[in-house]
Amino acid sequence: MGDLLLEQLTWGNALIFFLSAVVLLMIVLGFVTYAIYFERKVIGWMQLRIGPNRVGPFGLLQTVADILKLLLKEDTIPRKADRALFILAPVLAYVPAFAVLAVIPYTDSLYFADLNVGLLYYVALSGITTLAIVLGGWASNNKYALLGGMRSAAQMISYEVPLVISIVGVVMLSGSLNLRTIVAEQGNWFWEWNFLPQIIGFVVFVIAAVSELNRTPFDLPEAESELVAGYHVEYSGFRFAFFMLTEYVYVYAIAALTTILFLGGWHAPAPFLDFVPGLLWFMLKFACIVFFLFWLRATFPRVRVDQLMGFGWKVLLPLAILNVFVTAAYIEFFIKR
Amino acid sequence: MEKYINNYVIVAIFILLGILLPVVALTAGRILRPSKPSTEKQTTYESGNIPVGEGQVRFNIRYYLFALMFVIFDVETVFLYPWAVAYQQLGLFVLVEMLIFVSLLLVGLLYAWKKKVLKWNSI
Repeated sequence: MGDLLLEQLTWGNALIFFLSAVVLLMIVLGFVTYAIYFERKVIGWMQLRIGPNRVGPFGLLQTVADILKLLLKEDTIPRKADRALFILAPVLAYVPAFAVLAVIPYTDSLYFADLNVGLLYYVALSGITTLAIVLGGWASNNKYALLGGMRSAAQMISYEVPLVISIVGVVMLSGSLNLRTIVAEQGNWFWEWNFLPQIIGFVVFVIAAVSELNRTPFDLPEAESELVAGYHVEYSGFRFAFFMLTEYVYVYAIAALTTILFLGGWHAPAPFLDFVPGLLWFMLKFACIVFFLFWLRATFPRVRVDQLMGFGWKVLLPLAILNVFVTAAYIEFFIKR
Repeated sequence: MEKYINNYVIVAIFILLGILLPVVALTAGRILRPSKPSTEKQTTYESGNIPVGEGQVRFNIRYYLFALMFVIFDVETVFLYPWAVAYQQLGLFVLVEMLIFVSLLLVGLLYAWKKKVLKWNSI
């Protein structure tokens, strides 16, 4: 991929880019299918249940069956809904979720777009999904959907601020927004990766990321006991599937981004472990973060809505800003000169 | 520099694919799925009751205040990012400058805090 990027653009090269993006799309869809299966299985085991085990061997085809079912469901659009916006919302939610994956590097040589503003691109595009959620809630013309959409938007914008400020420290240490450079700047021993020097930023990032994903303990927008299902009450069939798909594609994106920013990307934890390919290290770290998200869901109760906003603005935001200045002072007095 | 365009071609391809998948999937779904609309199916869902009044109800003003604060702090990050990229080449002077800028915004946050904007008391 790296060599092709440096060549003059031809139709042949553009076709290769397109096909490799299609391959990534297939990988992501496969990831989403089995992440849902794995999530149900893991939570089942943690709660002393078995989890899905009927469709296919070990229930492996359960999610495939679910997707087929959603595809064959009748698609109902309420008469009072704003039809154009109602149809647009799931698409608008999904497009940025997939587009952010363009800047994720997997190893030193395996990456797609090598943008110098990679991190900014990620942050900017992932913000668009909030818009789609408000749109879905508003277009449904349903009280639950509107309240769920508003709540979701308020939560997502409140946690987006600490999320983007918490990674400023990482940007300062590597002096670049390019995700490949950020990985390359992290050392060969695991204590040289950003998660230890940037421990405050790392913790704030993980908490804010879980909240951005609308996952437990921050899954208030979908609080089934109070808001039925939140912004997608009125959605059925495949339109609903696209909202779910968006959530899981963001799980993929956030897990990859955490690996890159804080866990050293494709670096081995110690130099003598270098014989294992970088891609395997990347996948291992990635899988750990995905497991961590599922683990959280099985163990944590939901946060109360009045504590949620206060926590974001009063705790996470000051901590993230503190982290920026601690890092700045550290660079000023220890790294420079 | 003109080779750098390649990266944006890839970004464009990703956005295109992102639009293509829902379009293809929903079109395929249209062929496969049944369509038997009825008045009951198309009413707005309200826990099984007949919907009362408009669906687009008035919502809490609080959301607007959160949106305002978000705009302020998001603009702050727009300034923070280039500052962070260039920080290692810059001196102590810019650190103090950024400290002043951020503390001005923090005064605003403290004001909102004191005004109980961040306190949540209803939906």
